[in-house]
Amino acid sequence: MSTDVLTPVVEVPAGAPAGAGAGRRLWGWAWPKLLAVGLVLGAWQAVVWSGWRPEYVLPGPASVLSTVWEMLGTPRFWRAVATTLSRALLGFGVALVVGTLLGILVARIRPLRLAVGALITGLQTMPSISWFPLAILLFGLNERAILFVVVLGAAPSIANGVISGIDHVPPAYGRLGRVLGAGPVDQYRFITLPAALPAYVSGLTQGWAFAWRSLMAGELLVIIAGRPSLGANLEFARQFSQADLLLATMLVVLVIGMLVDGVFSSAARRIRRRWGLSQG
Amino acid sequence: MTGPSTGLLVGERPDDVGAHRALAVRGVDKSFTTAQGVVHALHGVDLDVDLGEFVAVVGASGCGKSTLLSLVADLDQPTAGSVRRADRVALMFQDATLLPWLTARANVELALRLRGVPRTERAAEVDRLLAVVRLTGTGDRRPDELSGGMRQRVALARCLAQGTRIIAMDEPLGALDAMTRDHLHDEIERVAAEQRLTVLFVTHNMREAVRLADRVVLMAGGRVVHEQVVGLPRPRVMDSAEVATRAADLTARLRAAGREGAA
Repeated sequence: MSTDVLTPVVEVPAGAPAGAGAGRRLWGWAWPKLLAVGLVLGAWQAVVWSGWRPEYVLPGPASVLSTVWEMLGTPRFWRAVATTLSRALLGFGVALVVGTLLGILVARIRPLRLAVGALITGLQTMPSISWFPLAILLFGLNERAILFVVVLGAAPSIANGVISGIDHVPPAYGRLGRVLGAGPVDQYRFITLPAALPAYVSGLTQGWAFAWRSLMAGELLVIIAGRPSLGANLEFARQFSQADLLLATMLVVLVIGMLVDGVFSSAARRIRRRWGLSQG
Repeated sequence: MTGPSTGLLVGERPDDVGAHRALAVRGVDKSFTTAQGVVHALHGVDLDVDLGEFVAVVGASGCGKSTLLSLVADLDQPTAGSVRRADRVALMFQDATLLPWLTARANVELALRLRGVPRTERAAEVDRLLAVVRLTGTGDRRPDELSGGMRQRVALARCLAQGTRIIAMDEPLGALDAMTRDHLHDEIERVAAEQRLTVLFVTHNMREAVRLADRVVLMAGGRVVHEQVVGLPRPRVMDSAEVATRAADLTARLRAAGREGAA
């Protein structure tokens, strides 16, 4: 028996020894990012020192970061974060269900694809903020207007992820399913949908980015009394000329967006590796 | 295997399929409509395969051998004629076509699950099948962690998991290096004998056909042009003089048939 047949082509890397190895890997991952943050803060501080704008309009990083620190200690800030995140979660959740079902139907039913396939891509390119005047007319200045626009922003990307995933399932998998005796439902459940998962997760990542943008636009336009939100905080900070609070809130919006995107991206990487689409 | 399936097939001729016969292909035509017009892939093909027989079908690309295999595996229907099977036919593809997100075990188990084997019985059955193809201990690896030869052995185990002993193989070793292929010849021969499989093996490699098959069927231009029982003692060696001579003789016949077909 020839040994090369029994040796796997790709050795599974045994988990690197913990401690020094892990620390070095973390540092290797972190230093370019820390350097980039340092450069941005340095450039920002340089603009402030140049006196281009007075400090009460454009405060420096030290002042803004200390405002972030103070903000983190106020219950009002956390209520705003909670409102914004719950809206994001609800909007993204509804978009997930709507986009997934729509994607499966469009991928599956040819006339439906001819009818709305191009429209879904069109909706994806449409700036979601342009839906707000209509949403406010339809629903008023309330949660439903925000939800409507967040779903419209995110669902097309998710649907397109499903469609492109299903379209790119190798035809051999269809033959395999038939040889294994899978009916249409089993074929979808065990073969087509798992095969489409990498593209689906890309769609989800993009859908999240659109949901988050739409939500910020919505919270700037639709301010509901007694419901503090990150968007409302931005708007109030501008109205009261609290530049440090404005920039501090923007930093929080950026960080939340990046954290959630990071979760999606790492899931996407894991799935691509496991699906044999990239070596890792 | 033959017992319960005989009743499935009511042929006009008592010897059609059943007690001794696994496959009966009778007067099969197959044509496709393409943008270039109608393509006649098969003309009046007759082919019988006995239970437990290993038949190799050899021909050049486009001779209709893969089309014949699709019909036998029930992936497509003939334009005319009939294909009778004593049981379902499992199909082994040219590349293993394992699902990359499942481990080797899970790939085999999916076949069991899709034919309704209860969960409690599946684990033991997967173990048994992986042992048949000598992959005990590698079941938890995913396809990209297996060599090409190992992937094909998982695919063979998955065919066995389909609960039939009739397996159609579509150039299953075409993408493998020579050493791995020789090794898999031994494996396929051993498994086919141990499990008393009926195999319809499509290849364009004449020596491979002579190495493995009880009977070689030559196809050209969508027709069966020659059949020959190999009759050499086993185990055979692909590079041996007997195999090479027999293969050369069959290749010459296939060429002659191809020339007649073209003339």
